[in-house]
Amino acid sequence: MRLKTFPGGVHPHDYKHYSASVPIEELPLPQKVIISLSQHIGSPSTPLVKVGDEVKAGQKIADASGFVSIPQHASISGKVSKIDIFPHPSGTPQLGIEISSDGSDNWVELADDPNYLELSPQEIRSRIAEAGICGMGGAGFPSVVKLSPPEDKPIDTVILNGVECEPYLTADYRLMLERASDVIAGLKILLKILNAPRGIIGIEANKPEAIALMQKLTADDSQISVAPLKLQYPQGAEKQLIYAITRRKVPAGGLPMAVGAVVENVGTAAAIYEAVRFRKPLVERITTVTGSIVQNPKNLKVRIGTPFYELVNFCGGITGDIGKIISGGPMMGVALPSLDAPVAKGCSGLVLLNTREARSIKERNCLRCARCVDVCPMNLMPSLIAQAVKGNNLDLAVQAGLDDCMKCGSCAYVCPAHIRIVQWIDTGKLRIAEQRASNK
Amino acid sequence: MKDKFIVSPAPHLHDRTSIPNVMWNVVIALLPALVFAVYYWGWRSLWLTLLGALSAVLTEALIQKLRKVPITISDGSAFLTGMLLSYNISANSPWWLPVLGAAFAIAVGKQVFGGLGNNPVNPALLGRAFLLASWPSLMTSGDTWIKTLSRPFSQASINGISNLDLIHQNLQTVAPKAYDLVTSATPLKVAQTLRDSSFVNTITSSDSLNSVISNNIFTSLFDLGTLQQLFWGNVGGCIGEVSVFALLLGAAYLLWKNIIEWRIPLFYIGTVFVLTFFLGGIKGTGYSLMLPFFHIFAGGLMLGAFFMATDYTTSPLTKKGRVIYAIGCGLMTVIIRLWGGYPEGVSYSILFMNVMTPLIDKITMPKAFGRIKK
Repeated sequence: MRLKTFPGGVHPHDYKHYSASVPIEELPLPQKVIISLSQHIGSPSTPLVKVGDEVKAGQKIADASGFVSIPQHASISGKVSKIDIFPHPSGTPQLGIEISSDGSDNWVELADDPNYLELSPQEIRSRIAEAGICGMGGAGFPSVVKLSPPEDKPIDTVILNGVECEPYLTADYRLMLERASDVIAGLKILLKILNAPRGIIGIEANKPEAIALMQKLTADDSQISVAPLKLQYPQGAEKQLIYAITRRKVPAGGLPMAVGAVVENVGTAAAIYEAVRFRKPLVERITTVTGSIVQNPKNLKVRIGTPFYELVNFCGGITGDIGKIISGGPMMGVALPSLDAPVAKGCSGLVLLNTREARSIKERNCLRCARCVDVCPMNLMPSLIAQAVKGNNLDLAVQAGLDDCMKCGSCAYVCPAHIRIVQWIDTGKLRIAEQRASNK
Repeated sequence: MKDKFIVSPAPHLHDRTSIPNVMWNVVIALLPALVFAVYYWGWRSLWLTLLGALSAVLTEALIQKLRKVPITISDGSAFLTGMLLSYNISANSPWWLPVLGAAFAIAVGKQVFGGLGNNPVNPALLGRAFLLASWPSLMTSGDTWIKTLSRPFSQASINGISNLDLIHQNLQTVAPKAYDLVTSATPLKVAQTLRDSSFVNTITSSDSLNSVISNNIFTSLFDLGTLQQLFWGNVGGCIGEVSVFALLLGAAYLLWKNIIEWRIPLFYIGTVFVLTFFLGGIKGTGYSLMLPFFHIFAGGLMLGAFFMATDYTTSPLTKKGRVIYAIGCGLMTVIIRLWGGYPEGVSYSILFMNVMTPLIDKITMPKAFGRIKK
């Protein structure tokens, strides 16, 4: 069978062997957690607690501050010890709530509701909203917003993103293997509230066990199917995944609902299932801790807010000099200045590179080899954008595709001149935003 | 554990290609042609090639030192330019020809514009154009192209002397010229002489002609033996251009390594093939089905299409643009070959299309994924 995919893209070595076969382990309760108020796209959550308050695990400690926002919950029980600016996995410090553990892991009451599929879509949506769920693949878009399309935008396809195209990361893979039924249950909930006729689980061909398991579990379901995809980065990007599976192109600047599709990460689907059935808020997730210098790379079930150093210590520490600390995958993840940042809802992995792997090569002149143009999944001219931004010609940069770039990094990955194309594009995006703001 | 880490923007992985990697791989891909050149013409072709490369590297280093910019000669790009320049001269050129040509190519073709990546046209071809303009007799005269030795490769040459040589010799006799038995014209020069000669009909009646000519001068030039000779490179020509076999070997390596893309060579050679298929026989020289094959095998087309037209800096960025560019190269080549004053048009065609590249880039700017075409 010919595997589906999208035009453009690159094929980085996947480095998944470090952790792919390691079953999910639960990280012991941390001493403290830092619940960031900005773990999602949208306005930061509003704190509901003050320093000194006692909180239980699962208790709401910050509320959504608007439609595109989410509430936050305590992930351990203990005392609110600080509300301050803390390191953040995005690299930019953010306001957060620090909770010091009381060691008892005392939870708010959860209630099993086995007939959850009979709930009204409205009720299901409110449970998802209350649980503070946002996309767990990285971007962190509030799920309830995605799941509330306007009436004139009917959804006919719900896609679960099990692509995990970032090298090194195996969290979604292990989740699909170990919690497959939760993932499928989550998908069924999505199909119900969106009244969508079909659900498709997209998985890349380098995860044959996950494909086989999902196919087996959905064999009798006429609505749900599995789409094995050709190995290609960035297949997990929303627009590329929709195109690979449905051949529909999401309009530039538009949302997937414009072509009748909704995409959720497999981890998000499992979280949605727990939220709807047990009213369990999103307080833990699976995160891969990996890299050549991690003693024992692992897939960990961690409480949201656990500082990264706890994860690394649990994996036996490191065996060499760290060159780079990457929150997320190596293609789009953020290099952090320390291991102090906490796990956020979108943290799919922590990748440690040694000094050799992290070495950077001097930027040279653009050769115009057009490799970046050939691989750009958005059909842009990355080298031209970078050049235009360098020369401060923002009009040309926009013409070459500045606004459409999603910063997947394929261009910089293949550039023989080692031009920091994504960095230049970022600079350009900032400058054009300033320019547009001042023109208003 | 260190407390200082690298904090740089994503992506944090790289596919390990680099400029030196690209350039030295192209040099490797050019080596088979050099082996054939040494085989046909002796070590002099190697020395001339090295002189060109060395001159390019030294010129680059000197200018970069004067410009007070980092010296980047180890990246292989200057070496490659010098090597390509030398591939475009004949093996019995004086030693200073590649030295001057390569120095000009680097100085005026590349460094003047700011070095690697900034040159508007292919430096090696500019260097060749400079030599052609300055020493036309050394660069074009049939007498400077060394006659190839008889090698067991070619059926035609096993019999002692090839059709190509015979034809040329006879043409020379009819239009008397100093003729030296150790030199021979390039196949394209023969074709041009044939094309421009009004005496094709008259010579058939001359009693001094041998049987090849009297049978049909035309079919002898475009027969299988000639194609075979062209394929192995057992013909007159420049150091690096003659052996189609050696060049295809190198081209296959570059395609396999993903260093060049198939569009430019395919559309370039394809255009020449199609156009000579339809137009090759005009000018009253008769027609043969071998004619398009002759045109794609002869002269510098293989070298140009795989190694020069594919130069990154001077070819378009988009796939569509590359197709337009390659067709343009093919069109210009055929026009020059069939109607031009030179027997060969590959280098000027590529130079011409190099200049068109910014324009092609402009009109082929792609629409982003999900944007409506205007």
